[in-house]
Amino acid sequence: MRYSTRIAVGPVQFRVGSDWREPVAALEKLYAGYPQDDTRPADATVRLFAARPWRRWLRPSVHIGGDFVVPDALPLPLSMGLLAAEMGMNLQVALGWRRHMLLHASAVARGGRAVIMSGESGSGKSTLAALLGEGDWRLMGDEFTLLDPASGDALAFPRAVSLKNEAIAEMATRVDAARLGPLLAGTPKGDIRHLIPRPDAIAAMHEPARPALILFPRFGGEAAIEPMGEGEAFVRLTEASTNYIALGEPGFAALTRLVRETPAFGIAYPDSATGMALVEQLWAEAVR
Amino acid sequence: MSAVQTLVDLFAGRRDAATLATGEWEGVIGVARTEAMLATLSHRLEAADLPPTVALLFADQRAAAQVAQDQALWEAEMARRALAPEGIEFVLLKGTAYAAAGLSCSAGRQIGDLDILVLASDIRRAENELLEAGWEWVKSDPYDDHYYREHMHELPPLIHKARDRMIDVHHTILPRTHRITPDALSLVSDAVTTAGGFAILNPEDMACHCAAHMLADGDLQGGLRNLWDFHCLTRDFAAADAGFWGKLDARADLHGLRAPVHRAARLARDLYAAELPSGWDRQESGDIWYRRRLFARDDWGRPTNFALQQAFYIRSHWLRMPPQMLARHLWTKWRKR
Repeated sequence: MRYSTRIAVGPVQFRVGSDWREPVAALEKLYAGYPQDDTRPADATVRLFAARPWRRWLRPSVHIGGDFVVPDALPLPLSMGLLAAEMGMNLQVALGWRRHMLLHASAVARGGRAVIMSGESGSGKSTLAALLGEGDWRLMGDEFTLLDPASGDALAFPRAVSLKNEAIAEMATRVDAARLGPLLAGTPKGDIRHLIPRPDAIAAMHEPARPALILFPRFGGEAAIEPMGEGEAFVRLTEASTNYIALGEPGFAALTRLVRETPAFGIAYPDSATGMALVEQLWAEAVR
Repeated sequence: MSAVQTLVDLFAGRRDAATLATGEWEGVIGVARTEAMLATLSHRLEAADLPPTVALLFADQRAAAQVAQDQALWEAEMARRALAPEGIEFVLLKGTAYAAAGLSCSAGRQIGDLDILVLASDIRRAENELLEAGWEWVKSDPYDDHYYREHMHELPPLIHKARDRMIDVHHTILPRTHRITPDALSLVSDAVTTAGGFAILNPEDMACHCAAHMLADGDLQGGLRNLWDFHCLTRDFAAADAGFWGKLDARADLHGLRAPVHRAARLARDLYAAELPSGWDRQESGDIWYRRRLFARDDWGRPTNFALQQAFYIRSHWLRMPPQMLARHLWTKWRKR
């Protein structure tokens, strides 16, 4: 492909190729602080391409492809090329990675123990993780948390955090502008702006953490904590995993172990400060 | 050297994995994934000297393929439990059959749908039993449904509502309207049984079906994998039975598949260094188009040579239907766009 780059996030080495310079340049800028190993062959390939040759220049529209392709994925305008690259990277991991169980969850760690937060888009799991990651927590990831079936440990996948809508303003007041990517306005998921994790989080991305707490956040409504049984946590996490079925019995064993050994709670919170306080409160009880 | 060429050379043993550079590996990995052959390659190179991260990725692939294979065999067992009480016998086809028989090409082989073959006289009952056992129609389009029932070699695809897996119920191995009409009755009546109790095609029929599926019934998508199947099948069958190639000739004649079977053998020789007996080891000028079609992928896994791919696509339809019917079919499909 005309333009390409390699990016390593957690255990996955990506090769991203593009028909346009802009998405690759934006990616390289966002991931400049990540460890580079150009002698390592990529595990996964992402392609950003024009469906027809003239669509490179004429109303350029970016199609997302790679090792795995979703047939009816909608293309994005070139101004959102960075989002296309990110979606492509997520897609390849979601469909192709088999070394770990993939949980659609954010995570933060402290002292070698992890809080895993799972929920639908809009539950606030990304924002909570990003906020905690600016405090005395290590951000492990905002989208995927990896679970090692052999050890039961959680592993980080600290890609650039995808801040959405109200979360953008909330974070912009707290972090140095140099750590924020360009504003992508009016995407299919609303306004998006990427946040580069802190250097210590990137440097520690290969350090495993033992799960200490599983949370299912829900943004909005009164502050509330609902203890969750193993069965419900298990079912919710199977739904949050992109490769649970593909892993077969080892996946079942890993998830069973996770919910048996790790307390789980649903939490509702009206604002970020309350959400963070609830996490701290439950954390204090869990690691006692 | 293109990635797809390197991939084929690795399979054929013409290239030592230890000599690949970083850039070559990622092209090979990408192309192998696109061709659904990454786990197969991982098995082929299990003992090779690999970069550490590639070795890790390959180990993942082998483990994942093992799970997928167990799941595919379980699906076959589910079909058996749905059909056996009614006395409907079926023959496993393609990937599931290779796995059930423990054939060498099944090492790492991706298995998508469960393909089974039943007697044409049993097909209505098989359909009813599967619907009762929790399978449902994938397509609800009346034209497609009618098309399958009138002209195809299988029922419209069914998917199990709980397990989310597809089953293709065949009554023969090429579309009814195809220029070639294999002897479906012989396929079923001469089937053999695996140690696990599943019926599979006998060795010659299995090779015939593999070649027919690759060269007579499609546009060669996934051709590299199908050709690898054919190569492993014929190599192993010939090693176990010195008379295999001769029997294959006779059987291919019975089904009207001599040309595709011979062509598959020549392509296996050209790509995967298969050794052929004297009557098979020829040169055909037309093979070059097939070789070009099989190699039509760039180092990023993108299809190349659009005109050739399109030509093979048109050819596949041309083989499947008489001209008038093809025109009507294309007109209907175009109007529904």
